[in-house]
Amino acid sequence: MTRGNPFRPSSSRRTLRAPRIGDRIFFVLTLIGALGVVAVLIAVVAALFHGAQPALQQYGFSPVFGRIWNPSDYVYGFVPFILGTLVTSTIALLISVPLSLGAAIFLTQHAPLWLREPVAQVIQLLAAIPSVVYGLWGLIIITPLMAADVNPALASYLGWTGLFGGPTNYGENLLTASIVLSIMTVPTITAFSRDAMEAVPRSQKEAAISLGATHWEVTRRSIVPYARSGIVAGIVLGLGRALGETMAVTMTIGNRNAIPTSLLSPAQSIPSLIATDYFEAITPNEIPALFEMALILLLITLAVNIGARAILARLALGSGVGAE
Amino acid sequence: MSARTRHATRRKLFSHAMTVLTGLAVVIVMIPLFWIIYECVLLGGSHLTLGYFTQGTPPPCSPIECKAGGGLQLMQGTFIVVGLASLYAVPVGIAGAIFAVEYGGQRAWARAFSFAADVLSGVPSIVVGMFIYVVIFYYDPQIVFSVTSGSLALGAIMLPIVMRATEEALRTVPHSVREAALALGMSRWKISLRIVLLSALPGVLTGVLLAVSRAVGEAAPLLLLDNTNLGFTGTNNPADTMALSIYLFAASPYKNWANLAWETALVLLIFVLVLSLTSRLLLNRWSRKWKA
Amino acid sequence: MEGVNSVLGESPTKMDVQNLSAYYGQSRAIQEINLAFPEKKVTAIIGPSGCGKSTLIRCLNRMHETGYRARVEGSVLLDGEDLYELDATLVRRRVGMVFQKPNPFATMSIYNNVSAALRFNGRPSREECDAVVLRSLRQAALWDEVKDRIDEPATSLSGGQQQRLCIARALAANPEVILMDEPCSALDPIATAKIEELIGQLKNDYTVIIVTHNMQQAARVADFTSFLYLGKLVEFGPTEQLFERPKEHLTEAYITGRFG
Repeated sequence: MTRGNPFRPSSSRRTLRAPRIGDRIFFVLTLIGALGVVAVLIAVVAALFHGAQPALQQYGFSPVFGRIWNPSDYVYGFVPFILGTLVTSTIALLISVPLSLGAAIFLTQHAPLWLREPVAQVIQLLAAIPSVVYGLWGLIIITPLMAADVNPALASYLGWTGLFGGPTNYGENLLTASIVLSIMTVPTITAFSRDAMEAVPRSQKEAAISLGATHWEVTRRSIVPYARSGIVAGIVLGLGRALGETMAVTMTIGNRNAIPTSLLSPAQSIPSLIATDYFEAITPNEIPALFEMALILLLITLAVNIGARAILARLALGSGVGAE
Repeated sequence: MSARTRHATRRKLFSHAMTVLTGLAVVIVMIPLFWIIYECVLLGGSHLTLGYFTQGTPPPCSPIECKAGGGLQLMQGTFIVVGLASLYAVPVGIAGAIFAVEYGGQRAWARAFSFAADVLSGVPSIVVGMFIYVVIFYYDPQIVFSVTSGSLALGAIMLPIVMRATEEALRTVPHSVREAALALGMSRWKISLRIVLLSALPGVLTGVLLAVSRAVGEAAPLLLLDNTNLGFTGTNNPADTMALSIYLFAASPYKNWANLAWETALVLLIFVLVLSLTSRLLLNRWSRKWKA
Repeated sequence: MEGVNSVLGESPTKMDVQNLSAYYGQSRAIQEINLAFPEKKVTAIIGPSGCGKSTLIRCLNRMHETGYRARVEGSVLLDGEDLYELDATLVRRRVGMVFQKPNPFATMSIYNNVSAALRFNGRPSREECDAVVLRSLRQAALWDEVKDRIDEPATSLSGGQQQRLCIARALAANPEVILMDEPCSALDPIATAKIEELIGQLKNDYTVIIVTHNMQQAARVADFTSFLYLGKLVEFGPTEQLFERPKEHLTEAYITGRFG
């Protein structure tokens, strides 16, 4: 006769071998907890689908290509907001990736040992600052600065790129929101890059050194390539965060529901639209349209997150609790 | 100097330059942190008195009078909403983590639960708000705008944070401890709770503190579910919180409300930074104890 | 294999292993073992690495089956009752175990470690706890060394002391049989000698089954010895007889050091 896992009573034995009552209850309670997390995740997707139903039925996915958002005329185009979301996130990464990577390189390769942990912790404090506080600071402190000094400077020196056209007196614009967003992604990218680079085996570094490479060359040719996957995962997670960021963006992006013509013009992202428009919505299909956009955003964010986590799972680098 | 030495020197100089640049990156990255703290202290601290902690939200400035008021109602609201959220998230998160680690161990399906938690933590917070909105709307449309809804949304945000932190903490407990307890004839659930969870408690606490820190600063879901200026009048009604009020008052034309926004930001910032630092210190001290 | 009872002579059997096989997934670690452990004697299980000694002993307190994809076939009788028919948790209170690497509960004091079984399986009074802790630490020959620091963390003890603490902890649960899985392999010679002396005293009150890779240790402490090879029981008998006049060629080869 075979006896195996004590929690699965064997069928062939005639006497009772049931696990104790306390263990049974415990098993069920903890199982409910674990399933709860999965249930919430599924429920979120389901709820968005449900809310978007009317819009999906009537318009399908065509609003994704619509360029005008005018609910009072029943015109629902998502392009301005998809653009707003993507542009702010992209520029935010363009700014934060070199800086975060540079900081991580300094912390792991150059900084004296006693400096590493404290400085790293200080950088992580950026992650603790609430989004609304970033928004408040961005709105009250940064936007006047942008309108008064930065925008005109950009327009005159970099106007030839075509990105900085139009009026420069809007402090709340695509660029400001991107800058604030970039600061918010720094702790995530720094943390994951640090972890990845610290995990590079000494032998790799020593091989490069023994070939006569300078400090920088060792970093660039040996360490960073080896740590590539972890760094990329961190960047992708930072992107996921940026895509879904609401408060800081809402307070700095300008809240204009039209396609921005330059980086200096006010715009609107999907989360900021939902934040400002949810209770202003008047026409019947407006809220379902918001849900549809939220659904698209959610699916993109989920894809991004799952992709990054899959990379990390393969590396078994862990999730870096606190770097979220 | 031969060409080769010149080339080598150039490479060395370049390497030094990159060292300086990366050091500069560290400095640049820290500037916003100190700038934000500075502005909060400057604009929030200059008007901050003990009155902040004892008085409620003032009426908007009128030409006749402009009361400074305080954040008492806001702190109350935050406390209640986040408190309720913790009541939902902490037991469920800990239970789920125990299930994944104690019953699943290294098996694939145990890691699937961690994966789900990680994915859940990446969901935008405003989407969580919309989700709760739909759910509550079908349950009881009257309480869609309420402390209850708000706390459910924050609970959903806190849940994966608590679960993952607990899981990491439980996994640090060496297997030999479980074996020793099993060999003494202890029942499985007693081992999980009284021995394993207890020894992992600092890690779990850290997770809870981090989750609370996150929830206290969240405003997006509350915009949809708990949007108000009023103080707490019962869980079926909405109540203003600190984070939400910062958004509502940030661009206010009323001087006293605008000041309140900065004062609240300062108090919130101090609270959150202290919480963050303590939890990390706790974690460092605890993980060092286990390595001993 | 000849009848085990004839070998045991007068000693009654405490634990009777019948046709025991144990698996990890598909691979079989021990195969149809038939073995009787005499009461209040020390029985050693020896054999080369990988012969299944640890697996066998872990089947005796039903620890083996808690492993990943682990299975057991056959029966183990304790005073005539098949352990595999009973509640596993209760079995483990009657059959205690000491592990290879000392594993005291790191977050508990010495006192709390020893009284752990008592506290977690019931609601003892302070006096009951004190009495049990005193008795167990005395039995484990540790009392004199720790009586002045009984509330200090268990991790403040040396390796040898921690292992005696684990023995005290196991004794406090009042088992009938004590299993020891290479208890001295992580300890220095002096600590080892202390524990071997302890084993000699324990057999007055308990049945002791000890796995060891050290033949000299088996010769020193055990009344009876069983020799395992590649998952099968090769020979069993009084220690003196097994070492001086082994019946099987394989046994003789192992003892004279020709392999393992």
